[in-house]
Amino acid sequence: MNELLDLAARFAALCFMVAMAFALVRLFRGPRAQDRVLAFDALYITAMLVLLTLGIRARSTVYFDLALLMGLFGFVGSTALAKFLLRGEVIEP
Amino acid sequence: MTEIALSPWVAVPAAVLLIGGGLLTLVGSLGLLRLKTFFARMHAPTMGATLGTGCVLVASMLVSSAISDRPVIHELLIAVFLTMTAPVTAILLMRAARNRTRPE
Repeated sequence: MNELLDLAARFAALCFMVAMAFALVRLFRGPRAQDRVLAFDALYITAMLVLLTLGIRARSTVYFDLALLMGLFGFVGSTALAKFLLRGEVIEP
Repeated sequence: MTEIALSPWVAVPAAVLLIGGGLLTLVGSLGLLRLKTFFARMHAPTMGATLGTGCVLVASMLVSSAISDRPVIHELLIAVFLTMTAPVTAILLMRAARNRTRPE
């Protein structure tokens, strides 16, 4: 049964890799700035999923902490970018 | 890769959830690439952010619970955090896009 789970994790990692490539194409090609911020948002969530899949394959809980940190900092980054696009200021006085 | 043999009652649902989560995220990202306008592209990746992440998190919970022989639910942290934060980014980004798009 371990081979089945390993194959599924490999397939999921392949899917996430292609999804990250799509988001990267949108990040570089996006016509306006909000498209790029949206692509960055999708990119960090997919990278978090890749880390979780690696944790399933390696049977380790270390990857969970990395995924949680990636979610935290990705949220901070994309929210700061969106707030900057909204007002031109990240932290308003 | 490991020496612990998982039972089929854990491995099969985890494998199905992993494949489902991967396909959902792939379809969401394809929508991000292919849809025409920004407001159409806005809601394509949310499929991967909610259901794809949920599938992978449940699979991870299953596997780590089966390995350590006790319920491991700390993946719920990511689920709760993502549920709280994804709409915040989406709302800010949509308002920014609405302000930046001139009404024709």
